[in-house]
Amino acid sequence: MLKQEDKIFKNLYGFDDWKLKGALKRGIWSNTKDLIKLGSDKIVDEIKKSQLRGRGGAGFPAGLKWSFMPKDSGKQHYLVVNADESEPGTCKDREILRNDPHLLLEGCLVAGFAMHAHTCYIYIRGEYYSESSNLQKAIDEAYENKLIGKNACGSGWDFDIFLHRGAGAYICGEETALLESLEGKKGQPRLKPPFPAGAGLYGCPTTVTNVETIAVSPTILRRGGDWFAGLGSANNTGTKIFSISGHVNNPCNVEEEMGISLKELIEKHAGGVIGGWDNLLAIIPGGASVPLLPKSICDTVKMDFDSLKEVKSGLGTAAVIVMNKSTDIVEAIARLSHFYKHESCGQCTPCREGTGWMYRMMEKMIHGDALNQDIDKLLDVTKQIEGHTICALGDAAAWPIQGLFRHFRPEIEKRIEERNRRVA
Amino acid sequence: MHHPGTNNKVYKKINDNFEWSKDNFEKISNILKKYPSNKIQSAVIPLLDLAQRQNKGWLSKNSMEKVAETLSMSYIRVLEVATFYSMFNLEPIGKNFVQICRTTPCWLRGSDKLSKIAQEVCNTQIGETSDDKKFTVVEVECLGACCNAPMIQINDEYYEDLDEENFRKLLNDLKNNRPIKIGSQIGRKSSQPEREF
Repeated sequence: MLKQEDKIFKNLYGFDDWKLKGALKRGIWSNTKDLIKLGSDKIVDEIKKSQLRGRGGAGFPAGLKWSFMPKDSGKQHYLVVNADESEPGTCKDREILRNDPHLLLEGCLVAGFAMHAHTCYIYIRGEYYSESSNLQKAIDEAYENKLIGKNACGSGWDFDIFLHRGAGAYICGEETALLESLEGKKGQPRLKPPFPAGAGLYGCPTTVTNVETIAVSPTILRRGGDWFAGLGSANNTGTKIFSISGHVNNPCNVEEEMGISLKELIEKHAGGVIGGWDNLLAIIPGGASVPLLPKSICDTVKMDFDSLKEVKSGLGTAAVIVMNKSTDIVEAIARLSHFYKHESCGQCTPCREGTGWMYRMMEKMIHGDALNQDIDKLLDVTKQIEGHTICALGDAAAWPIQGLFRHFRPEIEKRIEERNRRVA
Repeated sequence: MHHPGTNNKVYKKINDNFEWSKDNFEKISNILKKYPSNKIQSAVIPLLDLAQRQNKGWLSKNSMEKVAETLSMSYIRVLEVATFYSMFNLEPIGKNFVQICRTTPCWLRGSDKLSKIAQEVCNTQIGETSDDKKFTVVEVECLGACCNAPMIQINDEYYEDLDEENFRKLLNDLKNNRPIKIGSQIGRKSSQPEREF
């Protein structure tokens, strides 16, 4: 279990003051100037050493991503923070934004400096209204106290942070769709390459990063990459905020060490599964986009990128959605299919047409209103969508359905059989 | 399922002219400062949001034309954005815009019951506005407060940790113009484990 002193998010639940005064007490902004004096190469090296992997879902090594930014492009560089948190099950960034906004702002300055950026945009989802007003107040405080702006923290580096509110589109969490949206267009993902580090916002070098990744970086620099790498296991290091929702006694966000066992996480922090561990049916371990796991795997699996990949799922955003035996598992996944149908941006045909088709098919499966061969047809369609779209939304829509049939196919076959018997 | 934010038709009824209020006019100049001076199209979402707030929660054709004019954009580019994002309503809504989260984490904890209660207490259907224009009830996709499920959003604020009883009370209070509590309805702080009070 993670020791209290190793926690990065000391005000995750907002018991303490979220404003500047409280932030200073928690050590935020204490020696930011020294961190910047390390120089951008040293900062990137330290993040590489910590083996921090991006917390937005894909788990790309953060240090490596930061190092992609060109050194002397002659153009304006941008840091864009992705606070468009809308992956079903995920509500971790929200707690950072409203309860510890200065932690994020300090991270923006340090990371922005390392990427040679003078400007940072924080793109927050439009529905987070009170979160955005907290964050805006924190930004105003930071400007007033010369922590950002001209000569930020007395470091000689000019750094502006602007808050930009979205307007309700899940797809804007995809980095290039987010950039399109920030440029005032529909949020439709761009073809890559060029990658944002080459041509991002307004055609300039840009890095788009998740809130949590940025927020942990100053602590890593203060305590050293080795400290962070010492938590968890190799390639899956550090601490992570887990969002535990669904059929647990105490749904909550909690910061824990990477690689904690799924069972321990739920029993220790979320008060256990409603009706006891034996009443568990399945868990989606990393937000709606990853395949579910049946109880037999949940018994032993560890919560980190590689362990979950081994069991054909993923850590994603570490949003654990727990379902006990009272759940209609087919409807649970059908609801997710409805979500993807609603959120498809409509740009690529396989996704635009496929998500709707998959949803209608899943609706039928709930009542067994299908033929046995429809299952294989549906799985075939998921394969036709997966990997054939510009962004990963197509994949994300396909995976939960594939996961369902991988582990619960007999259940659906039973429903089909029962219904056919009833109708005949 | 009908939702004022996801229909693609511009509301036909011509309403009166839309001009920026003095307050909003000042806000606009501050918003524009955030973006490079040759990239002010970036401000289209913030400006549509302002226009919607000024226009009682929805965007009329006139208001979108005003946004286009302010940002020197063509009207179609503004309309394109307004139809794409679900938070922009293209038809009038009631005073309280009740948005019930229907996605799996909230559904697991009983969001479909909330839907029934809302329709009953607000005396309207999903996607519709009540006759007294007090409520518009819609179902929406994940609002990102899953550890406080089931939850709903009314206008700007979140109401969390709902159950049948406290949700019915919340809506009845709203209906009878009594004050309501924002956030968790069971007195929980953020998303802390409930029993560690």
